[in-house]
Amino acid sequence: MALEAPGQQYLLLPAKGSFIVASLLVALAFNLLPWQDVRGVPDLLAVVITFWCIHQPRKMGIGAAWALGLVMDAANGTLFGQYALAYAALAYAAQSLHRRILRFPLWQQALHVLVLLAAAQLLMLAVRLAAGGTYPGISYFVGSVVAAALWPVVTVFLLAPQRRPAEVDETRPI
Amino acid sequence: MEYAPPQFFHRGPAPIARLTFFALLSVLLMVLDARFRYAEPMRQLLAIAVYPLQQLAIAPVSALAHSREFFTTQTRLRRENAELRDEKLKDAELLLALDSVREENEQLKRLLGARERLTGDSIFAEIVYAGRDPFSRKVIIDKGTQQGIALGQPVIDAAGVIGQVTRVQPLLAEVTLVTDKDHAIPVQVVRNGLRGVAYGSGDGATMELRHMAANAEVEKGDVLATSGIDGVYPRGLPVARIVRIERDAAYAFAKIVAEPVAGTDQHRQVLVLARMDDTPAWSEDPSRGARKAGKSRRSPRKPD
Repeated sequence: MALEAPGQQYLLLPAKGSFIVASLLVALAFNLLPWQDVRGVPDLLAVVITFWCIHQPRKMGIGAAWALGLVMDAANGTLFGQYALAYAALAYAAQSLHRRILRFPLWQQALHVLVLLAAAQLLMLAVRLAAGGTYPGISYFVGSVVAAALWPVVTVFLLAPQRRPAEVDETRPI
Repeated sequence: MEYAPPQFFHRGPAPIARLTFFALLSVLLMVLDARFRYAEPMRQLLAIAVYPLQQLAIAPVSALAHSREFFTTQTRLRRENAELRDEKLKDAELLLALDSVREENEQLKRLLGARERLTGDSIFAEIVYAGRDPFSRKVIIDKGTQQGIALGQPVIDAAGVIGQVTRVQPLLAEVTLVTDKDHAIPVQVVRNGLRGVAYGSGDGATMELRHMAANAEVEKGDVLATSGIDGVYPRGLPVARIVRIERDAAYAFAKIVAEPVAGTDQHRQVLVLARMDDTPAWSEDPSRGARKAGKSRRSPRKPD
């Protein structure tokens, strides 16, 4: 599926709040899968939060990201507030960069997202090392690389409902 | 005020203000959690709220694991059966010997006036998944407060100690493995009874026997077992085997590296033991504490 070049723009339907919530819940469920080793597993919730902060900065914000982070902390048994802090910072960075990021083609957007996700992980690493945790090795950041590689796929999926025509028109060429 | 911007432009506080607010809140929560453990009730609440979603995520994976067990071939089952029968025969011999040894041991202990070693209730549990926190070594088991799991209970597998329950939820519990960084467990060298404390090194595979003098009588291959003086782990459970010793005259202590004997990363089935509660309470008045300990020594606990 050829996506739009930087100059070219589609008129998208407004994003549905229910779809945003559903996508966040699915991503959360993905994160809660019983992974035996989390290194290399992308943090899909972080990707979806970043996605909505970039595409719908008025509907997805820092507060919601923070709350989802707390849920991750509770479910993962990590230091309470660690994910919350990282997700809040991630949401802030994504929101403030959203105009810039959207001007780039998808793979360059993925590079931006890689930096954002890695920075969020770095923040968590700093917090945990300060609290006396073990350094998990450089493989800890592989998850971010995988997540950034998933960015184009996530974009196609999450924008799909907005690309549908509002009214079904038999004579429409698409 | 009549020139106030229309409702459409109202966006609440500036993003940086929001970020600052939430960041401070996170830091506050983290400090409360790490230093004072105050965040536990809120964590429990959120964990319960997210539990259905968690079960939904776990269900297909555990169903797959169970179905794989179901579809093992008949030949494999028969072979396993034969192996188990052989082992049973071999074990039976040992068990018979063990019975008499235990009897003798109890006799001797009674003579010495020592208390019986704790053989309390134990709960069988299954590991649901390894903890998703890459900074620590933890596993989640499928039993919680509903099944009678309590904080601090030791957890073992067939080979030895794997860790200790450090957080309980109604239906799940978190076990910190002995290899977790700075997880301490009092041990004794089985060969000569030398006592020490083994710490997890945090790399997931090894433990360290710290504060042992450079000339301490420890050898490569020695087995470390719990000493039971902490009141958490019962005595005599194998913990680790020493794999490397570095003695350097420049340091007062030897660097002793051990590997856990239990399969901390392999097994699915574990046993949660009851806590030893028979250690006398610590008391301010040393003479009173001694008297208490002496009294309980004179009246040994009845077995079961």
